[in-house]
Amino acid sequence: MQTGNYSINEPSMSKLFDNLAEKGKTMYAPKNRGERILFQKVEKFGEIAGDYLLTANSAKEVVFPRYEKVFSYKKTQDGILINDPTGNPFPEVVLWGSRPCDAAAFIPMTNTFEKDYIDNLYVKRRKNLLVLSFSCNTCDEFCFCTSVNGGPGNTAGSDILFTRLQTGDFLAEIITEKGKKVVEENSSLFEASTAEGKEQSLAKVEPRFNQDEIQAKLQELFENPLWAEKSRACLGCGTCAYICPVCSCFDIQDEAHGSQGTRLRCWDSCGFSLFTLHTSGHNPRPDQGTRWRQRILHKFRYMPDKSKIAGCVGCGRCSRSCPAGINILDTVTAL
Amino acid sequence: MNELIKKAASLLEANEVQVVIGYGLGSAKRPQAIFVTTPAGCEQLMFDNRCIQNLAVYLTKQEIRKLGKPAIVAPLPVLRSIVQLVAEQQLTEGDLVVLGIDPDGKLLEFSSFKAIESFLSDHKIVIEEKYLKKIEEIKNMPVGERFAYWVELLEPCFKCYACRAACPLCYCTRCTIENNQPQWIPVASHLQGNLEWHVMRAMHLAGRCTDCEACYHACPLGIPIHLLNKSLIQDLSESFGDYGPKISEPNMLSSFDPDDKESFIR
Repeated sequence: MQTGNYSINEPSMSKLFDNLAEKGKTMYAPKNRGERILFQKVEKFGEIAGDYLLTANSAKEVVFPRYEKVFSYKKTQDGILINDPTGNPFPEVVLWGSRPCDAAAFIPMTNTFEKDYIDNLYVKRRKNLLVLSFSCNTCDEFCFCTSVNGGPGNTAGSDILFTRLQTGDFLAEIITEKGKKVVEENSSLFEASTAEGKEQSLAKVEPRFNQDEIQAKLQELFENPLWAEKSRACLGCGTCAYICPVCSCFDIQDEAHGSQGTRLRCWDSCGFSLFTLHTSGHNPRPDQGTRWRQRILHKFRYMPDKSKIAGCVGCGRCSRSCPAGINILDTVTAL
Repeated sequence: MNELIKKAASLLEANEVQVVIGYGLGSAKRPQAIFVTTPAGCEQLMFDNRCIQNLAVYLTKQEIRKLGKPAIVAPLPVLRSIVQLVAEQQLTEGDLVVLGIDPDGKLLEFSSFKAIESFLSDHKIVIEEKYLKKIEEIKNMPVGERFAYWVELLEPCFKCYACRAACPLCYCTRCTIENNQPQWIPVASHLQGNLEWHVMRAMHLAGRCTDCEACYHACPLGIPIHLLNKSLIQDLSESFGDYGPKISEPNMLSSFDPDDKESFIR
């Protein structure tokens, strides 16, 4: 659904931010923090980082926090009281400054949390989320969105996609009803326009592989020396999974204090040695090679087999940040 | 570099080692760990100042141990880690061949671990001036401000454990964080969990850390967690003098002497 194109200039952009923030919405945007630019809460437009390709962390925290209360419990004389947080109001969140790959990641993420099992925590957060993305006018050697059905100007997952045009103004493509509402409520900031000039303003991201071919090849490669070979340098940390905008494995943890406690779901990673470790001590994925295989298969075979959507948006964060320099493209293109 | 390549190739040729752990250029043209198993493959070996990953971390990994006896390319930080691993009985003489790289980039050969220890006595761990200043500044903060400083630094941590995974001295197969009966440290990456994790890790490395900075380089969020380790190194240097990995002397913090000048020990 595409509901129109508008243009908006830089001062109006700042005004738009203020208007949304004034409505009490929680604003998430790329902001400098120490040595990196991270998606985090921002109060003022001026705090937003000006020059970034991608944030170091992904934006998934706005719908899938790194730890989240599933429920809390308390033993009383009348029995056990359970407090279910899904009954509470969830904050209205604006994700400002996401890239098309960040936004596209909400599609497989929603598939995970809203398809077979309806996860109310996710549903409520996603429902309250407004995604205002910005097209990419630069890319680097780790970017491969165009190989996984994305692109530097891809609109999927965004409510509005802004593209900085060569004129200095922004093209605003309205993608959803939520996006339309933003324009209606701030109509003085937007002017009707065409999408002219968009293509010339986008980065050129060369395709690196064909996703369908990869999916087909992966039907056969379960037992292959390639997995151990390509993951040899793997240190077994969770960086790739934690900065991935699509990875959504979690671990259930109880924090108990006497007769009360909280059940939390915390991010998990297939890179960890405890991942899928059975109580018996057996682990079907006993080494980094089998864990790396799981990562690749989950993204490029299991998810597309099941829902026709890959579990990778080609942002390249995993390769950029891997402490051992492992590049996911090296594995995918070697299949 | 030719010297290193030649030496590595000859070790593989003679089957003295089955794998060479070294640095090579990855597809994105940045140096990364490579594991060479053929003499011809040694052509890929390289070394320059971008090679900052501490390769000693691979010496205790099951996946790498399976490849057979290793030779390892070892600039100063790797040499220090090796000596510490030896001191902690994680490596024994004959387990590996060390292809040392001196600070000028020249190949070093060692006849024994003792020889590495003695080489390191001329290359002591010295905390850089900029870090000493930073540590001093933090220590001089009023307590509330100091706490706020650490909160600001550690709050973004999402506990991917890259710091632990990249550290050659974090070789426990089951870390205390993975024990949940009882749960010593909260698993969740909330503020309390993050503070406890990083303080615990720093304390576990106190007197052992060789200041390689691998934890800091590994952190995907760029958190300077090594400040904690550096501060402890500085404290220990001030209290005990000569800080650094040693085979011939007991560990600074996990040994004691009844004749110690401090009276509290008796």
